Amino acid sequence: MATTREVVHPSTREPSAPAFDVRRIREDFPILKQKVHGKPLVYLDNAATSQKPAVVIEAMQRFYTQDCSNVHRGVHLLSERATQAYEDARVKVQNFLHAADARETVFVRGTTEAINLVAQTYGRRHVQAGDEVLITAMEHHSNIVPWQILCEEKGAALRVAPINDRGELVLDEFEKLLNARTRFVSVAHVSNALGTINPVRQLVQMAHRWNVPILIDGAQAVPHLEVDVQELDCDFYAFSGHKLFGPTGIGALYGKARLLEAMPPYQGGGDMISSVSFEKTIYNHIPYKFEAGTPSIAAAIGLGAAIDYLNRVGMQNIASYEHALLSYATEAIAQIPGAHIIGRAREKAGVLSFVLDGVHPHDIGTILDREGIAIRTGHHCAQPVMERFGVPATARASLAFYNTKQDINALAAGIQLVKGIFG
Amino acid sequence: MSDLDGLYQEVILDHSKKPRNCRAMEGANRRADGYNPLCGDKFTIYLKLQDDRIADISFQGTGCAISTASASILTEILKGKTRAEAEALFESFHDLVTGKTREKGETPALGKLAVFSGVCGFPVRVKCATLVWHTLRTALDGDQKVTTTE
Repeated sequence: MATTREVVHPSTREPSAPAFDVRRIREDFPILKQKVHGKPLVYLDNAATSQKPAVVIEAMQRFYTQDCSNVHRGVHLLSERATQAYEDARVKVQNFLHAADARETVFVRGTTEAINLVAQTYGRRHVQAGDEVLITAMEHHSNIVPWQILCEEKGAALRVAPINDRGELVLDEFEKLLNARTRFVSVAHVSNALGTINPVRQLVQMAHRWNVPILIDGAQAVPHLEVDVQELDCDFYAFSGHKLFGPTGIGALYGKARLLEAMPPYQGGGDMISSVSFEKTIYNHIPYKFEAGTPSIAAAIGLGAAIDYLNRVGMQNIASYEHALLSYATEAIAQIPGAHIIGRAREKAGVLSFVLDGVHPHDIGTILDREGIAIRTGHHCAQPVMERFGVPATARASLAFYNTKQDINALAAGIQLVKGIFG
Repeated sequence: MSDLDGLYQEVILDHSKKPRNCRAMEGANRRADGYNPLCGDKFTIYLKLQDDRIADISFQGTGCAISTASASILTEILKGKTRAEAEALFESFHDLVTGKTREKGETPALGKLAVFSGVCGFPVRVKCATLVWHTLRTALDGDQKVTTTE
């Protein structure tokens, strides 16, 4: 059984973690070898979704060619193998987040579903009229709208902690907004539009002083930083697989077991029950209580393979390599006359948002695309952030550990080309 | 001409940098707002409609080079046109930017609008070019709703 999941890949043969070699890393990502509009692909849209190493694609293919079956159901061998692989993936996520117990990992479609799950279960049970939910001004729409829906339904108020001109959370203001009416706090670990790393350990402590649980939206953090939910002591942590070099359609919600156990189920259906009669249904234990219906089995296995891969590369190697690359990129863009970086937090990861005098970001995106350079332009699902900085949109280059200085040089040359066209 | 040069033709760049008829209009009897939530483009079209004729037209707003130039050129060419003429031009323009004109091998009399022929090579930019035209249609219909490209 185990042989079906054995990963045969060159990097596994290394006795210990090899020194970080970006050229070798790039070999692991088949998509990066292509040309776009006749130019080598420079993929700088990693905050939207990241590319997948061959081991992830192979793991999913292996599931479909050898183990495909439903989980937690069949007595037959394939179902046993599928269940084992799916549950192994859960343990990989648990270990990746340094959680104490695999039961604290709920598989979901992604960060958005994770946040909606908490808002609709914990939130609906605990938030009442006159209560408050606290978020920050740098949240992605997916960490705003679920709370708006909840607050509207309950007659509660959504409070928003401000950010400063650098794009950093104003901690004093955040702390002042916590009070006896606060029932929940939900904040980004890393801002998708600005790259700001929030001091989440501190935010958790502040929330806990009021006995308020806190969810950390880790969508933009896990691809760049090592996360330890026990050290953070956060109550919930959410992330998406597809931003973590895994497939789309899978993500995870970490929740402290005692909270998950007390929460009502999210969706009703198969797998989330222990027994069903027309009179009464007894819900399954955590995490299955929150996993109604057949889950995205292959995607969970793919995510597990992505985590194995990242562990071999080493999250600390990734963090230090990217830190240097982001500094290089920041300098390269800042040097261009007329270019302005939006988001100059002292602690940043992964994201470089900028605007160019006299040129709309959409035009920047089109011209860069013809140079083979993929960036995101627009409001990045963070319209309040755009408003805060008084811009309708930005151009956003977002990094992964397979990006190189050459990628950044191509970006800088592309921006010069934009300036040439727009005179 | 590369496809980028075809998209960002001199006339388009000129109109995007120095948009014509870019002002609020006193005494307008029709007005409509257009919004593209994808890129944040926002435009308002003002019309002075006399009988069936566009006696005056102007716009305000912000957007990319393509949408701004499209708004500017639209106001230039529609002044004095009837509703039916405006509708017919929109149809030809729409065919041009979506590539239907090229497919059909037609050469409609588009005048200045022909500078948008390069847009059809950039499908994601079609909405940029057509946003103000959709907004115009809303204004002509006397509908005060916000037009979006979604």
